[in-house]
Amino acid sequence: MITNPFVKQLLASFLDLLPILAVIVFFQIFVVQQPIPDLANLILGTVFVVVGLTLFVRGLELSLFPVGEAMAYAFARKGSLFWLLLFAFCLGFGTTIAEPALIAIAKEASRIASQAGIIAATEPAKENYALGLRISVALSVGFAILLGVLRIIRGWPLYYLIIGGYCGVIIITPFAPPEIIGIAYDSGGVTTSTITVPLVTALGVGLASAIKGRNPLIDGFGLIAFASLTPMVFVMAYGLLR
Amino acid sequence: MITWLQHFALAILTTCSDVLPIAAIIIGFQLLVIRKPLSNPKKTLIGFVYVLLGIAFFLEGLEMALFPLGKLMAAQLTSPEFLGVSPHSKHIPWQAYYWVYLFAGCIGFATTLAEPSLLAVALKAQQISGDTINAWGLRIAVSIGVAFGIALGAFRIVTGTDLYFYIVTGYVFVLIQTLFAPKTIIGLAYDSGGVTTSTVTVPLVTALGLGLASTVPGRNPLIDGFGLIAFASLFPIIAVLGYAQIAHWLSNRANSNT
Repeated sequence: MITNPFVKQLLASFLDLLPILAVIVFFQIFVVQQPIPDLANLILGTVFVVVGLTLFVRGLELSLFPVGEAMAYAFARKGSLFWLLLFAFCLGFGTTIAEPALIAIAKEASRIASQAGIIAATEPAKENYALGLRISVALSVGFAILLGVLRIIRGWPLYYLIIGGYCGVIIITPFAPPEIIGIAYDSGGVTTSTITVPLVTALGVGLASAIKGRNPLIDGFGLIAFASLTPMVFVMAYGLLR
Repeated sequence: MITWLQHFALAILTTCSDVLPIAAIIIGFQLLVIRKPLSNPKKTLIGFVYVLLGIAFFLEGLEMALFPLGKLMAAQLTSPEFLGVSPHSKHIPWQAYYWVYLFAGCIGFATTLAEPSLLAVALKAQQISGDTINAWGLRIAVSIGVAFGIALGAFRIVTGTDLYFYIVTGYVFVLIQTLFAPKTIIGLAYDSGGVTTSTVTVPLVTALGLGLASTVPGRNPLIDGFGLIAFASLFPIIAVLGYAQIAHWLSNRANSNT
């Protein structure tokens, strides 16, 4: 067995990428049957992705996860509603701003928007737009986690929040500018990956096990779901207000 | 080499500002509210350096490999020579793009099946449901759900129909399913939507969508290019709820027979 956590993670990151590579290689060889341009750069980039993902996850395991999880449990047990809610909001906001997939998508969205002439084709304008997108998403995730925590404490059924979120999406879409809708809908799925999910799940499960009469397996879940609905509403609102 | 190093140093600096908020929040709450020093400050610091380097490398690698790869695949699979149509034809029937749908579906299926967080969720689902739900069966169901979702999303980009229409229909479907699904599984099913879209899958799928929208005649990347991720996070919910309902129904029937 491999014991070094670093090598183990390197392998795990590679396994993350493997299915994508396998499908692409299969299609390249059997379907497209054309030479791939710039192969060296693609291979180097793939190595970078694997190394980057490894360092990232290893770093999270060393720093953020132990501290964040201990804190989530501590706040869940402490019982001060104000601090708990503030912590929930900050946790959602902070983890989302640092989410690598969101950084990449926001940058891509700003590039597309400037090509189409929605925003000025200058670097500051693009950076502003990308940052605006990320802040809207981060605010929305913070808000969602706050409300989700309140739900666990009060014992509201999950589907109240979910149906509320759906209604929000359905109501705001007709008013949103068409160029923001696709990005808004996508941002829901983007927010919930590497950093956010473990920390938020720890908070939810910690909370549900600290409160009497809650089942951590049933009540602990659902935070993520709501956190992937609110970004759609907030990003469309950003598109409207911008 | 020097310009590359400069470029990389800049990338790390930008990443600093991305990681700063969460670091400040965690450390601030620890010191000011919990009022205990960090249990292992050295380890935490090293961890943060890893995170910084990791994000910088990852984003760099995305720009070099995953984004170009997604766009390249989209361009190759939609080129007139590959489709076997005249390069000047304005109206290519949507059926001609069948390799695109197949490719999108394969990417969705393969990445979802290999997703580690889905495995964790599937095992938990098996536990909650008292073994009426089988972890492997659930993973296959979700993978098929995502594959179908992304393929449908690619079809939407090719035809240029409204994203709104698909997603709202999906929601209505989810709402109806929720009414009939076993209550214990609902939270988990909703969460599984976020679980399937991992950090690696998202950029590639996005690049595929943007690439499709810029090569298929008559499509605009701004309006049509995004939206694949939305499909990839909606269909797992439908798949998990559906699977739970079927598993529940089968076990009920088995019980009533004995």
